[in-house]
Amino acid sequence: MHIDHSHEGPAAVSADATRPDGRRRALRVGLGGPVGSGKTATVAALCRALRTELSIAVVTNDIYTREDAEFLLRNAVLPPERIQAVETGACPHTAIRDDISANLEAVEDLEEAVGPLDLILVESGGDNLTATFSKGLVDAQIFVIDVAGGDDIPRKGGPGVTTADLLVINKTDLAPYVGSDLDRMARDAAAQRGELPVVFTSLKGEDGVGPVVDWLREQLAGWVA
Amino acid sequence: MSRAALLVLADGRFPAGGHAHSGGAEPAVKAGRIRDAQDLAAFCRGRLHTAGLTAAALAAAAALGLDPLRLDEAADARTPSPALRATARRLGRQMMRAARASWPSPELEALAAARPRGAHQPVVLGLAARSAGLGPEDAAHCVAYETVSGPATAVVRLLSLNPFDATAVLARLAPEMDEVARRAAEAARGGFGELPAASAPLLDITAEAHAAWPVRLFAS
Repeated sequence: MHIDHSHEGPAAVSADATRPDGRRRALRVGLGGPVGSGKTATVAALCRALRTELSIAVVTNDIYTREDAEFLLRNAVLPPERIQAVETGACPHTAIRDDISANLEAVEDLEEAVGPLDLILVESGGDNLTATFSKGLVDAQIFVIDVAGGDDIPRKGGPGVTTADLLVINKTDLAPYVGSDLDRMARDAAAQRGELPVVFTSLKGEDGVGPVVDWLREQLAGWVA
Repeated sequence: MSRAALLVLADGRFPAGGHAHSGGAEPAVKAGRIRDAQDLAAFCRGRLHTAGLTAAALAAAAALGLDPLRLDEAADARTPSPALRATARRLGRQMMRAARASWPSPELEALAAARPRGAHQPVVLGLAARSAGLGPEDAAHCVAYETVSGPATAVVRLLSLNPFDATAVLARLAPEMDEVARRAAEAARGGFGELPAASAPLLDITAEAHAAWPVRLFAS
């Protein structure tokens, strides 16, 4: 057996950072978080903000429908051939962490159909606070929570909140109506995450997704450098 | 043969995409044909002796070293439902990714190059077994087991069926799985002309309908 020579010829698992022609492949960024926190709205806003300067594609992981993919199509944030939906068999966290094969296939199909791509956003199905993406699937991950889900979520922690490369606390415009304390959320998040960044967003406002765009640009600059 | 390698390949956590598929159980639950553990046992038994036997023989033949591209054609000929053909190829492509990472071999590379969109899953699984140093009986056992374990896991999720009851169903089917694997390996030794073509028409029909559902938990 020659089990340690798996990188001759085409990559078996497509985790390699370069394409066969030697160029850097697209940066893959995962977006996870609880149901209703604004993952799809964030993806839509990111596509609108970046689509003129970058070649972007999106993979959605709907739990039992095609709602998320259809939301993106309906809002025409990208042409349909740049959006792929993956079915997850009632287990969204399995599809992004334990068995990433269907998601890797979607990523490869998008590269093949509309590539070369600069950025692929992989949106998880709405899940619980323990859901994280495999490093075999994405290069960086964003965890999206919202102020209306309870201002104690940063304090509760969990792998999504504590280890994501970026924590987005969304729907800040709702804070006064649901009695959420943004300062407390910021303090708790900082205590859980140390040096890892946290941004607050309100997608209803002008350039509401701006802080996430800024973070993404830094990631892209580091990726192609 | 390595018994431990067989456990790795047969493990439900082997990352080859199976978790998103119900093996026809989702439409059977929706239609009221599976309501409890007894119904699950009947469903699994039917699937095992029809689609399961056919798939197990294809895997055994690939593990024996029969031409995988001809086996892929034989699998197409035994899969009348376009939806199930697409599912088998998708799962074959996913099995190929996990197999190449686990037990790389020139034979797997050659099949991956010849069928970049995926060969039928049992053929890929059989070749993976071969690359892992396993034999035709091992490959057939693996397919026989996943033929029933997939629907059992899906029904636990779909019906909130007691997981102990579902696992007991699988345990009771063990002697029949052994028998199906034995027959499959024996047929594979007889070559292409002996490969079984047992099918379950209702699984074919409901797979076509299921593929068109707008809302579903499982991909097939």
